[in-house]
Amino acid sequence: MTLALFYIFAAVLVFGALRVITAKNPVHAVLWLILSFFTSACLWILLKAEFLAVSLVVIYVGAVMVLFLFVVMMLDLNFEELRKGFWKFFPVAAVVAAIMLVEMILVLTNRYAQIPGAQLVETGPTVRELGLQIYTTYFLPFQLSAVLLLVGMIAAIGLTIRKRKNTKYQQPGEQIAVKAADRVRVLKMDAEARLEAPQPKPADDQQAQG
Amino acid sequence: MATNETIQMIPDFLNGLLGNEIGFVAWTLLKIVCIVAPIMGAVAYATLAERKVIGYMQIRIGPNRVGPFGLLQPVADGVKLLLKEIITPSASSKGLFFLAPIWVLVPALAAWAVVPFYPGFVLADLNVGLLYVMAITSIGVYGVILAGWASNSKYAFLGAMRAAAQVVSYELAMGFALVGVMMVSSSLNMTEIVAKQAGAYGLASWNLLPLLPLFVVYFISGVAETNRAPFDVVEGESEIVAGHMIEYSGMSFALFFLAEYANMWLIAAMASVMFLGGWLSPFPETWPILGAPSFLWWVAKVAFMMFCFLWFRATFPRYRYDQLMRLGWKIFIPVTLVWIIVVAAWMQTPFSLWN
Repeated sequence: MTLALFYIFAAVLVFGALRVITAKNPVHAVLWLILSFFTSACLWILLKAEFLAVSLVVIYVGAVMVLFLFVVMMLDLNFEELRKGFWKFFPVAAVVAAIMLVEMILVLTNRYAQIPGAQLVETGPTVRELGLQIYTTYFLPFQLSAVLLLVGMIAAIGLTIRKRKNTKYQQPGEQIAVKAADRVRVLKMDAEARLEAPQPKPADDQQAQG
Repeated sequence: MATNETIQMIPDFLNGLLGNEIGFVAWTLLKIVCIVAPIMGAVAYATLAERKVIGYMQIRIGPNRVGPFGLLQPVADGVKLLLKEIITPSASSKGLFFLAPIWVLVPALAAWAVVPFYPGFVLADLNVGLLYVMAITSIGVYGVILAGWASNSKYAFLGAMRAAAQVVSYELAMGFALVGVMMVSSSLNMTEIVAKQAGAYGLASWNLLPLLPLFVVYFISGVAETNRAPFDVVEGESEIVAGHMIEYSGMSFALFFLAEYANMWLIAAMASVMFLGGWLSPFPETWPILGAPSFLWWVAKVAFMMFCFLWFRATFPRYRYDQLMRLGWKIFIPVTLVWIIVVAAWMQTPFSLWN
């Protein structure tokens, strides 16, 4: 059962990843990428790493890809223009890809560079285990990565912030602090005697109507 | 419990009839039907309840023509929407145009898989139930964005942009509010979160009072997440007509509404499970009948939270867009962060309520 599910998810994942790079429309490519992320989360659930799987969906599918899609949709892309240089750059790309492929084969097949396979450890709820490990054994690396992310965030804000002179901002504090007395002037007036309205003549009335 | 044994007979029977693997699938499907059917009924009648409640709040009667007290109105609405022609804009992206409403509705229903109705009465008792709900509900926003993009219309696109910005912003505040719940319950399993709120004092033992700021932030963010008034700038009819739904008609339009109401029920259910003690009674345990936990308490709490949604809509004027963003980023997120630190410090003192 698990094996069948694995092959289904793996097939979907490979197909989705292929469509990401072959889809003509960038928005469609982003959607295929979302499918790929979601399917890899499913694969992780088969490995009983439910926390990692769900965080992958929360972070990548729920937040990162939303903003990504947001940006891609707003771009005014000329698809013909994008595909123009394909055959010109193809030889260089092919050489790079071939070198990478050879390197991967060397690493994965060499018996001196054997990577130990992942061991499935039977523990309790993975979230609790993960929390214990992160905040005890791996406390320092965890804090370092947090600082790294913070620096990245500040840098991104610092790079993109710019103040234009003619921009108008709302000042919510001032808006809330406004009192009615600042906007409306209430005049105190004495009551005045009613004037006798002059009675219009019947003849004027007819003229006005005519 | 006798009822549990009676229910256990059904999967046993299915396993005997179809074999263990298919029997399990059949039993799961049966459970899904038992959850989704009442939800769809609740969604249909939520539309009637909304019109009736707002009607009475505005001293009107509301729908009262179809059936007694207008009780058949949702059926009439459904039939009407089913029979309407589905119009496809000629310059739209056809596949995505019809995928979008489905993409909105499916997460709204899928999230119910981990919502516990009573101890043991839950489709999937996940260890990471809370995170699962956050993950699944965050997928729903794609439907809205895609609807806006695939319609190939300026109004729809503007609505989609607003929806994406709003939902992503309020998800943060919502997530932080849930962090507080995770901390005090030391679990992500929703059944355990409710069990942790049981205590001798009834209502006072719930998460409601110690986590009151988080509850308020959670529920208001929930209103914003579902794009309901007063946060409905997504479809602000005075500015962008109907937002992302403008090009839709008939049943594809109705799916957006089904999703909206299903999401409202979900937020109400989540709020009652995480802060209002789910099926626990508000009265002390020692009271004879009123103190006993019951599914009816769960229903009452969810219904009350749902009523709050309608109450808000009848009460508050729509937020301006910049005010909405300010509320989410500059008020809610700091409030939740401060209260998480307060609770964390509180848990380390001898006065901690959660040992």
